[in-house]
Amino acid sequence: MEPVMTKEKLIVVGNGMAPGRMLEHLIEGDPDRYDIQIFNAEPRVNYNRLMLSPVLSGEKSYSDIITHDDSWYETNGIQLHKSTPVSTIDGRSQTITTHAGDTYPYDKLIIATGSSPFVIPVPGKDLPGVLVYRDLDDVDKMIEVAKGHGNAVVIGGGLLGLEAAAGLQEQGMRVTVIHLADTLMEKQLDAAAGYLLQKAMADKGIEIITGANTEAIDGDNCVEAIRLADGRRLSCELVVMAVGIKPSISLALDAGLAINRGILVDDTLCTSINNIYALGECAEHRDVCYGLVAPLYEMAKTLADQLLDKPSCYQGSQVSTKLKVSGVDLFSAGEFEDTATREEIILRDASAGIYKRLVLEDNKLCGVVMYGDTTDSAWFFDLLKKQEDISDFRDRLIFGQAYQGDEAADPIAAVAALSDDAEICGCNGVCKGKILNSIETLKLTSLDEVRAHTKASSSCGTCTGLVEQLMVLSLGDQYHSASVVPMCACTDLGHDDVRKLIRTKSLLTIPELMQALEWKSSCGCVKCRPALNYYLVCEWPEEYEDDYQSRFINERVHANIQKNGTYSVVPRMWGGMTSSAELRAIADVVDKFDIPAVKVTGGQRIDMLGVKKEQLPAVWSDLGKAGFVSGHAYAKGLRTVKTCVGKSWCRFGTQDSTELGIRLERSLWGSWTPAKVKLAVSGCPRNCAEATCKDIGIICVDSGFGIQFAGAAGLDIKPTEVLGHVETEDEVMQYASALLQMYREQGHYLERMYKWARRVGVDVIREQIMNDADKRSEYQSRFEASQKIAQVDPWAERTQGVHHHEFVPLVTNDHQVVV
Amino acid sequence: MTRNNNNKQWQVVGQLDDIPLRGSRRVQHGDKVIALFRTMNNLVFALADSCPHQNGPLSEGIVHDGCVTCPLHNWVISLETGKAQGADTGSTAVFPVKVDGNNVSLLLEPAKRVRGKVDSTLMCASSQSQP
Repeated sequence: MEPVMTKEKLIVVGNGMAPGRMLEHLIEGDPDRYDIQIFNAEPRVNYNRLMLSPVLSGEKSYSDIITHDDSWYETNGIQLHKSTPVSTIDGRSQTITTHAGDTYPYDKLIIATGSSPFVIPVPGKDLPGVLVYRDLDDVDKMIEVAKGHGNAVVIGGGLLGLEAAAGLQEQGMRVTVIHLADTLMEKQLDAAAGYLLQKAMADKGIEIITGANTEAIDGDNCVEAIRLADGRRLSCELVVMAVGIKPSISLALDAGLAINRGILVDDTLCTSINNIYALGECAEHRDVCYGLVAPLYEMAKTLADQLLDKPSCYQGSQVSTKLKVSGVDLFSAGEFEDTATREEIILRDASAGIYKRLVLEDNKLCGVVMYGDTTDSAWFFDLLKKQEDISDFRDRLIFGQAYQGDEAADPIAAVAALSDDAEICGCNGVCKGKILNSIETLKLTSLDEVRAHTKASSSCGTCTGLVEQLMVLSLGDQYHSASVVPMCACTDLGHDDVRKLIRTKSLLTIPELMQALEWKSSCGCVKCRPALNYYLVCEWPEEYEDDYQSRFINERVHANIQKNGTYSVVPRMWGGMTSSAELRAIADVVDKFDIPAVKVTGGQRIDMLGVKKEQLPAVWSDLGKAGFVSGHAYAKGLRTVKTCVGKSWCRFGTQDSTELGIRLERSLWGSWTPAKVKLAVSGCPRNCAEATCKDIGIICVDSGFGIQFAGAAGLDIKPTEVLGHVETEDEVMQYASALLQMYREQGHYLERMYKWARRVGVDVIREQIMNDADKRSEYQSRFEASQKIAQVDPWAERTQGVHHHEFVPLVTNDHQVVV
Repeated sequence: MTRNNNNKQWQVVGQLDDIPLRGSRRVQHGDKVIALFRTMNNLVFALADSCPHQNGPLSEGIVHDGCVTCPLHNWVISLETGKAQGADTGSTAVFPVKVDGNNVSLLLEPAKRVRGKVDSTLMCASSQSQP
């Protein structure tokens, strides 16, 4: 054996996973080259920090996660100084000095001090019971507190935070996660996967509060509660902060090494001083500090090669993320922001809870998000890292490695590749073999026949596409797929299918709907989002929370955008009646805000044109003081009820058409409808209010009221259809609201009432509204229930600060303004 | 504030939280109006607030798929390149943006001062108090 003195002296500061891996490589390469000493502040041997979560949840113990035990160091002749923090490094004399004052010389030095958890600077952060989640000591403390089975709050819905939450819950605590962003793990996941994750955590019994900002931690001698900026207070005995890490660089800083966030290293992992290297979470390479284990291992390999004089360089790492929470399979890598040059491929399987999204750029994979099934994550990650051109198998890419045969790309290849016992229809438990067999033996040729004989696709309908592909597979060109017009490119389902499924599957939010109905895009498009927003608000008037960013601009700011970006403002004038006080208020507003144009509209209202967006709340406020509410001239809802003066003034008038018009308008305003709705009430058949080209028109006669509907006088000109005759004003009110509700429930988004009537049939509508009293009263009561919530004046809300950001500018400096 | 060679400089124009997800805010920079967009995945882009078609305010459009749809005639404009998508042609100016923590900065030339008008509307709008 060579004498020890001839060996080069290698000192490692820190004993985490990165130096552990580096030493393995080094010893494998040349066990005798270096005399190695490790200085570690922790009193332990090297353990796998990735496995802290299983220790916390009780699935593993400390001894299970040790990677290098005492004997490993001994066998390899490595001297491990436990509980020995290093206090200084001297790069000129090439020595280090420990806290205890002992000095050791080195030929090569590796700084692997890791990182420390970031502690948010809020009052109460130092109270006993506030922990971070970093090492085994933290885990031991958590397990200790968890024995009391109380409440825990985890701050931070990232990887570590969620793992801590799941672990604490396993230990018997009631856990709440509070997260600053709107979706969990927002840096690693897209919103759709974030939603699924949130749902899975909630299903485990962990409460998730997103968009939550911690204000303070309360308690006298220990943690008692956490306070959020919105005023909520959550009682708890334990607070775990898991909001990120910062590289531990103080030792390097004192030694005069170049520092940014971390210790700056080049591609050989050398710092700014010769013979000193940095490795792991404390290092910063090409502007990146890594906090995940895979890149640290890649660095470790490069550094070991360097120390053995093998040529190698580290060029940065592609990072992937997996969450270690039992029952939650999740993987993400690369980038997945939408840009115009990127394309996405989505696979959703609602019944299996699967969501996969591949992001492509120039026919190469640049991002992967997988939820529910991560079997192919390694394969995808490999394609991403190697930047392989995937154009040859793009059609089959999303199905994973198992489907990458040599056969030509074929849209039905995936279905063809399914085994005969693969389930196609989850609702009725119908497998592929049964469908193919039925098509063949019963000589089925249409989708309806297949539905009738196999029950596949006859319940929720989401497997219709698959069933049709099987029919193509079996029948070839003989089969022409059913003529459902899809809502948009994001789905194969038509509007009616989507509405039906919202009801049968109780879908309450847009992300939930997109997953359950297997949307082909991650967040929908400009066509489906406003439509879904309407369908959900119509179906669940009480539960559904409007998705503001899925509304068109006019409905967001409650005014009509004009060609130059200004707005027009139309206050409601019930039934077209006004007064001197109202007219005076309008005149004052026009003068005060220097409004350039005022116009009387076709619907008997006054339109103020050319109002600037930032003026809107002030204009509404002044109009509101005079008693005006929004005229909804911008809405997919009731616009105007036009009237004539009726029998109060007109010598031909038969009924009080003006009062009836006002009554209708007061009853119907505020509700969302598929498209705009215009009404008119004429006091006699001379029809001065032009009721026979409106969505709903009332013609008063001596014996009562003729109700007309489904007229148009725009792009199309179409006289109304007769709905029927009623005798009293009360009946008009009932029939009109029932008709409107039927249209609300059946109309496709942006489909005017006359087009809806043409599609479903005038007779069908007439039958249900005029002749079926039960149906009519059901429609009417659903309408009334919805109106209880819908009749809120949007202008009044906004003058009181609702959606403030839309109108009120933030002055950022002298002449820059954010509006 | 970092200056670079052709007189442009990075200027903090607001906070990330100020821009709604899948939404937009406007920056008045001298006589220019710049629209800041924030996508579902927290990426921020800046375009001149003017559609290449008929100068519609892009900041009022619906944000989707890395694009914004103009509220006037439904042209779809790429947030990254400013180019009109699909069959339409034309493009709108793109401004470099960076997000540092919560700060959103734009690389801008010094603003031309605007006289009178803008300021008075601001005063009036910001006097609305937020409860």
